[in-house]
Amino acid sequence: MSAEVKEKEPLFSPKNLKLIKTPINLSNPITVQVLGICSALAVTAKLMPAIVLSISVVVVMAASNVVVSLLRNGIPPRIRIIVQLVVIASMVILVDQVLKAFVYDVSKQLSVFVGLIITNCIIMGRLEAFAMSNKPWPAFLDGIGNALGYGIILIIVAFFRELLGSGTLLDIQVIPDGFYEFGYKNNGLMILPPMALITVGVIIWVQRFYTRDLIEKN
Amino acid sequence: MQEIFNIFIKSIFIDNMVFAYFLGMCSYLAVSKTVKTSVGLGFAVVFVLGITVPVDYLLNEYILKAGAMAWVDPSFADVDLSFLSFILFIAIIASMVQLVEMIVEKFSPALYASLGIFLPLIAVNCAILGGSLFMQERDYQSLAQATSFGLGSGVGWFLAIVGIAAIREKIRYSNVPPALRGLGITFIITGLMGIAFMSFLGIKL
Repeated sequence: MSAEVKEKEPLFSPKNLKLIKTPINLSNPITVQVLGICSALAVTAKLMPAIVLSISVVVVMAASNVVVSLLRNGIPPRIRIIVQLVVIASMVILVDQVLKAFVYDVSKQLSVFVGLIITNCIIMGRLEAFAMSNKPWPAFLDGIGNALGYGIILIIVAFFRELLGSGTLLDIQVIPDGFYEFGYKNNGLMILPPMALITVGVIIWVQRFYTRDLIEKN
Repeated sequence: MQEIFNIFIKSIFIDNMVFAYFLGMCSYLAVSKTVKTSVGLGFAVVFVLGITVPVDYLLNEYILKAGAMAWVDPSFADVDLSFLSFILFIAIIASMVQLVEMIVEKFSPALYASLGIFLPLIAVNCAILGGSLFMQERDYQSLAQATSFGLGSGVGWFLAIVGIAAIREKIRYSNVPPALRGLGITFIITGLMGIAFMSFLGIKL
């Protein structure tokens, strides 16, 4: 009995913890792997939708990673893409229905972007690269880690865009009225879609400035 | 007729898939290193969007929408299957991509060779699913409108990827700060292009 326990890896071994930690910085899905940008940027004009979308992605990703990892020995390689899409799509339908039931306003703001979680390359990418060849528990951690790395970027971008663009955070005004009396103006440009791209560009700049290994050779 | 043309122009310039909605960004960033490959991918996207949006339109109109099943039998009139649209749209897209791949391979091996790996990749390009979902959300009135929306979005995406590829080919000769090289500067250029495209917002159609 005791021998059996010893052989087992502890649930939060360093190796498993690494699965969560590296995607947050060194192999961040958005800034390094360049995956999952599609459905991300358009919802970052305000903090609230960004947080809701991040949570949805964490749920979808962890769940579909576990399901695909459980099924991995039964999926014929030729049709694996379709199987993966079906698993993801069912998870997304669940999340979509829950969002519609409990936070209807935010779900309206997110509009098609909940559906677009299906084609979020980061989910397919992790299913292909990790869940298809690993046990459910590491796959679960990998899903959580990557989705968190994705969510963090989303929330940083939304934080700056909402703060500079509307002077609010989560719809609560944070810039004091006094500033406005002195002539401070909200920067309306930050609300517009192109600024999301530029904000991400700047985040990449800052991250690579501190993590020299990531710099591209051109 | 004019309405159809308006939708076409609008989906190319004003509601551009890349600059206004960030759809298809993954392949947009990954494949825009040279103009030649990006032209290939651009054509493939126009092609697939032009086919899947009308097909998904018919699917939505006759099966998924609330009350759409009434043509089968009046007793189905209150069936609403719209919650199934994600899974059906993605199934249509995946199978259409497969079909298009086989047809192109059979009839035009030269085009097939030049599109190569891009065709299968398109199944997970968010611009395609996004096209269908926007079509559903905006509730187009006829098949022709849906088709022109699909083609227009494809052409808009094509313009965007060819533009960024041309800029990236040139920027290799400029002195970009090391930490910004590659991905970072591409994001910022895309943002600037987006700002340029916003000048089309003034057009009233």
